[in-house]
Amino acid sequence: MSTENTPTNGSATATATATPPDATLDFVREKLTKKAITADHPTWCPGCGDFAVLASYYKVIEKRQLEHEKIVTLAGIGCSSRFPYFVNGYGAHFIHGRAVPLASGISLARPDLHVFLFGGDGDGFSIGGNHLNHGARKNINMTYFIMDNFVYGLTKKQTSPTSPIGFKSKTDPTGAIDQPVNPMKQLICAGATFVARTHATQVNHMVQMIERAMDHQGFSVIECLSECVEFFPGAFDSANPRKGGAFALIDEKKWDNTPEDELRHDVTDELAAYKLAQLPFPGVFGVFYESDRPTKNALEKKWIDTTREKLGNPTDLQLLQKTFDRMK
Amino acid sequence: MNPPPVLPQTDAANGAPAAANPPSDRADLRPESINDAVIRLAGDSQDGIQSAGAFLARLAGRSAQDVMTYMTIPATISGGPSIFQVRMGTGEVLSAGDEADFLVAFYQHSYQDHIGCLKEGGVLLYDSDNVEPDLDDKRFVYVGVPITGLTVEALGGTAKDKGKNIFILGLIAKIFHLDVDKLKALITEKFAGKDESIVNTALMAFQAGYGYPVGNVLTKQYRFEPHVPKEGERAQITMDGNQALAYGLIAAGVRYGAGYPITPWSSVMEILRSELPKYGGLFVQAEDELGAVSLALGFSFSGYLAVTGSAGPGISLKTEAIGWASMSEMPLIIINVQRGGPSTGLPTNVEQSDLFQAIFGGHGDSPRVVLAASTVEDCFYIAIEAARIARKYSTPVFILSDTSLATRIEAFGEPELKDLMIDPTLDLTPRPVGFKPYAVDQITQHVPPGARMLDGKYPLISGLEHDEMGHPTGSPKLHMAMTAKRRNKLRKLAEEIPAPEVYGDQLGDTLLVGWGSTYGPIHDAVKLARENGEKAGALHLRHVHPLPNGLEKVFAKFKRIVVVEMNDQGVYGFGQLATILRARFCEPKIESATKTDGLTFRVKEILERVFEGRSFAARKIPREGIPTVHTDTSPENVKSLKEVVPQGVG
Ligand SMILES: Cc1ncc(C[n+]2csc(CCOP(=O)(O)OP(=O)(O)O)c2C)c(N)n1
Ligand code: SF4
Ligand SMILES: [Mg+2]
Repeated sequence: MSTENTPTNGSATATATATPPDATLDFVREKLTKKAITADHPTWCPGCGDFAVLASYYKVIEKRQLEHEKIVTLAGIGCSSRFPYFVNGYGAHFIHGRAVPLASGISLARPDLHVFLFGGDGDGFSIGGNHLNHGARKNINMTYFIMDNFVYGLTKKQTSPTSPIGFKSKTDPTGAIDQPVNPMKQLICAGATFVARTHATQVNHMVQMIERAMDHQGFSVIECLSECVEFFPGAFDSANPRKGGAFALIDEKKWDNTPEDELRHDVTDELAAYKLAQLPFPGVFGVFYESDRPTKNALEKKWIDTTREKLGNPTDLQLLQKTFDRMK
Repeated sequence: MNPPPVLPQTDAANGAPAAANPPSDRADLRPESINDAVIRLAGDSQDGIQSAGAFLARLAGRSAQDVMTYMTIPATISGGPSIFQVRMGTGEVLSAGDEADFLVAFYQHSYQDHIGCLKEGGVLLYDSDNVEPDLDDKRFVYVGVPITGLTVEALGGTAKDKGKNIFILGLIAKIFHLDVDKLKALITEKFAGKDESIVNTALMAFQAGYGYPVGNVLTKQYRFEPHVPKEGERAQITMDGNQALAYGLIAAGVRYGAGYPITPWSSVMEILRSELPKYGGLFVQAEDELGAVSLALGFSFSGYLAVTGSAGPGISLKTEAIGWASMSEMPLIIINVQRGGPSTGLPTNVEQSDLFQAIFGGHGDSPRVVLAASTVEDCFYIAIEAARIARKYSTPVFILSDTSLATRIEAFGEPELKDLMIDPTLDLTPRPVGFKPYAVDQITQHVPPGARMLDGKYPLISGLEHDEMGHPTGSPKLHMAMTAKRRNKLRKLAEEIPAPEVYGDQLGDTLLVGWGSTYGPIHDAVKLARENGEKAGALHLRHVHPLPNGLEKVFAKFKRIVVVEMNDQGVYGFGQLATILRARFCEPKIESATKTDGLTFRVKEILERVFEGRSFAARKIPREGIPTVHTDTSPENVKSLKEVVPQGVG
């Protein structure tokens, strides 16, 4: 996630734009360590896949040396959404399913912040489904990490929108019957401009995906198969080499004009991405789709800038006074 | 600013020069001096009634006359009956006026539906091409003008009868000796930027109406008593309630917001959507109200106090997130432009039935502040007050407005902007060692991300019950302490707000208590009652929750307290504010006067209800098409539907 191309903050005066006063750095910025960004000990069940996601997040922050005070970690509700409590940084634990619009507000108003959002499959694809679609369509700049365990963990084993048909839960004691969401297909269709898939047992891959997602301008979503050892153990073994599965990576085009490259995946090819998403479970991992469609952040900023320029960059007082003069 | 209007040279023939003081058609006519007139225009919504009315309202504003307008829009999007009522007066105009002095009827149905609202002795100006009034009814003065024919004639075939509204404006300008130059300037301004021929057509229609020898049929003309400006009196600006809210927010330094369209809230968001970018801000049209409130909370979290809003149905959707704002102590402004409910209810009517929702809507103990705007002018200032409170107490603040405020135009003294404008800046100064976002013994101040925490401990903003750092806790003691902390903010606020002043008698028999848009009719009612010898006062609450301290001292000075509000008496016989006041003060002398017909209170209605049995409170003019009984519409008392359903009448 970059901080360019986002609207200026609300104030019309030149001095009051979102440039923080410490831009000149009147203090010594210490190296950001894992210890500094660690908060409460996670309350997850031992063995829960979400631990590794947290570890990967720490790694990325450390590796990239993000400015501590500009990291914002957000979440809705769920086991996975407990995430912000375990990170020492600005953060918010919001309500179930609505964290995408919350993050959108922060992203649109504050181009200087790094907006990260974590949540579960129920939070994202069920109760928050509408917001997911519109956040994607509007291409609002943020990094959204979905910890998909194919089940409702926090509420103790109900069917989730990604539960496979036949999954026995407390709400489907004889096995789930509804067609599950295909997260990759849905995200590509909705208009997300960065769509990737990873697995919670693959820390290096997770780190890679998070880094690429945060470097992408726009609505970046990562779906991570993160096992709920309590209510859906073994769900993702088929993609875990240590459990006899295969972690199949997407072979991305290198654009090296070699014949092999012909066969590789072009991440800007929406239809090709869609085809990858059709592969039977456990499918493939890596970046499915990426496009550089303008962000809402950039488009709104452009509108603000041209509007203000046309008006001759007046002060707030001049502007409102002029409006009132017309109402006399 | 705007170029002087280009006038078509048709004046000489009609003998009406473009001067401010036109000669009358008959030399023996002397205009009668008046200080107050209620003009009702009735037609269909495509007739541009609103814009004709708005011209009159704005003219009155420019002439330093107070104006108040009242309009109805049919529930359907287009077509159907529409009215616009302007009350212009040189003195203080409080309410829209019960009865019209002057009714302009475009169609037969306009005449039939509205003649009952015309005062005895009032003037019916009708389009003789479309209306055949009952001339035997001697209560009124009839003035027939072939409005359609003359408009078509004046404008030529292409315009058809579009322009009738402006033709009427010309007629009215003549009859009331209005300032023609100012009106023409307003017309020109309104159409400026469009095709020049449109301006010319409009001015031609105006001129045709103005030049019509109406003096041949109406032997009376009127002139408003000149307004003598008081020393230091500020220029008047004219706007509707939603505009006032939007510009109030801008003055208050609110630069971000999000919403989803719904009548009658939409125009607030439309204005903010196009205005905020000029100030470097942004208003987002969200996918739904859940998204809208969440976006707004995101803006607030980022450090910029934000606004969201809706009407009742949308507020219902925002409820969960507003609870989060209470719990996480996030500043937020929520506007509810109330309409008739529940559910889709009466989408274009007025009601004050969302007070409980504003105060109590939500699960758990979720304190929030509720303010109610009483006039269009107050919409402006209450937005500033809401922002002040939201910032100072880091809390969600509701602003209640309603359909009647949203759609009416009032003139008020131009606000002293340089003293009011707030510059929204982020306080990114590093926070000291030991900083706690939720210190139990302090009022929380939300810290925008970007501010360094010198002890390296960052605050977590949480919807779970939390400790002083924002981290979750299940401790019963902490939940008690934090619940008290969130509630005590409101007690602190209550200490700070002064008890409202009582209008009229400070000590007496009857105190009328109101909130919101009923301000005008309640005050007019008290004025009338006092003129008729009653010892009465009015108390209007802007801060509805928490209530200001000291109200009990005011209540003690009156024998009866009647709470007047536009909602249902409920199961126990009391309206929503009345219920709250009774619960708060355990005061049996608090009575309740409510109504649920979806229409604004008329002064007479209030008098009837509050001063039942007194001769001055009796209704003098029967009004057709309107239920004469508002008090009891329980099924066993309803004889015909027509009795209870307003028949196209505002
Ligand atoms: C409005 C609302 N409805 C329901 C709940 C209860 N609830 C909490 S988390 C959750 C599902 C969580 O599932 P998921 O998002 O997949 O997260 P997980 O726990 O599996 O990580 C539900 C239904 C709630 N907190 N709020
Ligand atoms: S219930 Fe499942 S998802 Fe929740 S913490 Fe335990 S293992 Fe993780
Ligand atoms: Mg889940």
